[in-house]
Amino acid sequence: MAQHDDPSYAADPLYQAREPIHPKGIRGRFRRFKDIVLLVAYSVFFLLPWVRWERGTGPDQAVMFDIPSRRYYLFDLVIHPQDMFLLAGFLILAAWLLFFVTGLVGRAFCGYFCFQTLWTDTFMKVEALVQGDRNKRMRLEKQPWNAEKIAKKGVTIAIWTAIAFWTGFTFTAYWADAPQLFVDFFTLDAAKAAYITTGILTATTLIAAGFAREQVCIYMCPYARFQSVMFDKETLLVSYDAKRGEGEAGRKPLKQGLMTLEERHDQGVGDCIDCKLCVQVCPTGIDIRDGLQLECISCGLCIDACDQIMTKRGWPTGLIRYASEQELETGEKPNLLKFRTIGYGVATLAATVLLLYGIFARAPADLSVQQVRQPLFTVLASGDIQNNYNVKINNKLQEPLDFSLALEGLPDAKVSIVGDFDGLSVPADGSRKYLVHVRAPRDAEVDRREIEFILTEENGRIEPLEHDASFVFR
Amino acid sequence: MSQPENKQGQVETTGHVWDGDLREYNNPLPRWWLWAFYITIIFSVIYWILYPAWPYGDTYTKGISTVEYTVEGENGEEKTVTEHWNTRALFTKNMQSSPSALAQQEWVNKVKDMSFEEIEQDPDTLQFAMSVGHGTFGDYCAACHGAGGQGKIGLFPNLADNAWLYGNSYETIVSKIAGGINGMMPAQNVAEDKIDDLAKYVLSLSGNAEISGEAASRGKQAFASCAGCHGQNGKGNEAMGAPNLTDAIWDVADVPGCKGDTACQMEEIKHVVNNGIQRQMPGFGDRLTDTQIRMLAIYVRQLGGN
Repeated sequence: MAQHDDPSYAADPLYQAREPIHPKGIRGRFRRFKDIVLLVAYSVFFLLPWVRWERGTGPDQAVMFDIPSRRYYLFDLVIHPQDMFLLAGFLILAAWLLFFVTGLVGRAFCGYFCFQTLWTDTFMKVEALVQGDRNKRMRLEKQPWNAEKIAKKGVTIAIWTAIAFWTGFTFTAYWADAPQLFVDFFTLDAAKAAYITTGILTATTLIAAGFAREQVCIYMCPYARFQSVMFDKETLLVSYDAKRGEGEAGRKPLKQGLMTLEERHDQGVGDCIDCKLCVQVCPTGIDIRDGLQLECISCGLCIDACDQIMTKRGWPTGLIRYASEQELETGEKPNLLKFRTIGYGVATLAATVLLLYGIFARAPADLSVQQVRQPLFTVLASGDIQNNYNVKINNKLQEPLDFSLALEGLPDAKVSIVGDFDGLSVPADGSRKYLVHVRAPRDAEVDRREIEFILTEENGRIEPLEHDASFVFR
Repeated sequence: MSQPENKQGQVETTGHVWDGDLREYNNPLPRWWLWAFYITIIFSVIYWILYPAWPYGDTYTKGISTVEYTVEGENGEEKTVTEHWNTRALFTKNMQSSPSALAQQEWVNKVKDMSFEEIEQDPDTLQFAMSVGHGTFGDYCAACHGAGGQGKIGLFPNLADNAWLYGNSYETIVSKIAGGINGMMPAQNVAEDKIDDLAKYVLSLSGNAEISGEAASRGKQAFASCAGCHGQNGKGNEAMGAPNLTDAIWDVADVPGCKGDTACQMEEIKHVVNNGIQRQMPGFGDRLTDTQIRMLAIYVRQLGGN
């Protein structure tokens, strides 16, 4: 290593150190909405793996992504590997829906539904519970590391870790039988993958929601970056009405002679009393009054804060509100039924219909017939010609299927299934491979004939399955 | 990244100058990089302790981590072998005790415990036996009998048809796979003037040629020496492995290859009669387990059907 004799030499840091943000708690309609979303999302995420579900075969878990047996169970829907295109359909639907919502109400996903926002919110609630609100937390931050600070920070991090662990474990529980996993996990009998997955998710949850927070949105998230290309002048944004707030003489705090709206308007002073509450409640630590910013996740908490102040003063609310750029400039309300929104809406609808069609029109069973090609044909003792076929049936239903086998295109043929079987049975949600012999008298004129295997379900549970093949005479 | 200048605005360099004015900045390494470097050093030391690492003389340090697997001892009992960590031992262990190996063992045990008739009635076990049999066949049998059991006329019997020289009972097939076969037909000394009639008579048994009158009785008379094995009516004898000459299957004489040319067919027959047959199949009882042979028997028997 290089010697640095000059004591003033200090390596510059590789990144700008984060300044901790301690948002103030606030009440209001957006806070309430966020809490409801949080409650619903957490209920679904944390409880879903524990919901039991009766099905013919497979696990008794309502939602389970079973990798070893290659099945995704979603209530009564069982997704097989060959149905994976449904996942592509689902992702396309999600993308269109995102565009549609962005076109309609702007960046709504980030502020209310993104898991980074939800978990950060939860972790901040824990912080507030243990360490108190903004002022107390800021004081604690500045304190030297005494017993109080160690205890409070320690308890916070301990609770965070517990939540992070349960988050990681819950995620893992989607991929295995949850109650069994719970027992195995703590008796150290679970699969290695379960510990690795839970471990990684515990760590990332703790880091992302506890320490990185808004930095994830600012530096890591690609969505935040391409958000702006979907914005136009009519997109709804959380915005500060600068015209009203600043007036002609700018914003001024409340003081003698500037107490009422009349007094302020007479002197050209705006409605903003510069209380900075909107800055204090912001989870990403920005000042919304600076206009649209990349960091803004559109959570609406500054709206709650400003409305609270305005209400207290008896002034009209909405100094900070959902408004488009155009609305702020000209007062013209955005037209929600613009071409782009309708287009995205139609695309979303189409994707939904296609996805639903894809789900309900899945073939209940697949049939594949492959001729054994080595040897292509065999002369039997009687002089008849025999061809062999590997018949594979994949049953995607939750009930067993029993097929009878018929052959078309070879009238004199005798068909026999290897083993002591009269028909082809396939267990529920399983597949079977049968070897089938087809024998036909030698036909002097034909060396090859196209035939068709027809499998008829004996109880009429599904439509007959058909598959082409050829029969080789010589 | 870090700035090239220190706080005084001076550039610290390594002091080397190339081409009169090229200097190398002497910036400290980023701390995270250094830590990562130290961690790799610690990692390597742990690695040396656990795993084979350093060569010395004609050997190497073995490391303290081990792999255990079982082998069959001389008396047939299992014993555990502990070796220093190496991928070969790990492979052996995985073949014995990995989840997929254990899952396969379950099915193998099923095949072991069930009778052939029971297996034929159970589609899943049959499917397992057939697919393992197919693999074993590819490893041990396909070199002669062909990938699909089609054999090679004149040399190796066709297993994909429904004619069986020694019969198609499972017990016979298992014993032939395990013990091998010594297939032999002695060369016949047939008089020059009778052999044409004999050949034609033999062909007539399966309807490949027509023979009547004097020739027929001469041929039949000559066939008397064949009847000891092939039977009076030419239907063969499974106990001796003598093939049925009345069916459409030809194993040694390439009658179908003559495409109906009687003279050619007679030549084929005469060649076999004059030279006899000497075929040998080695026994696989030492190389395959009983259960492997059972699965192989099921596969082979089902190739052609009955």
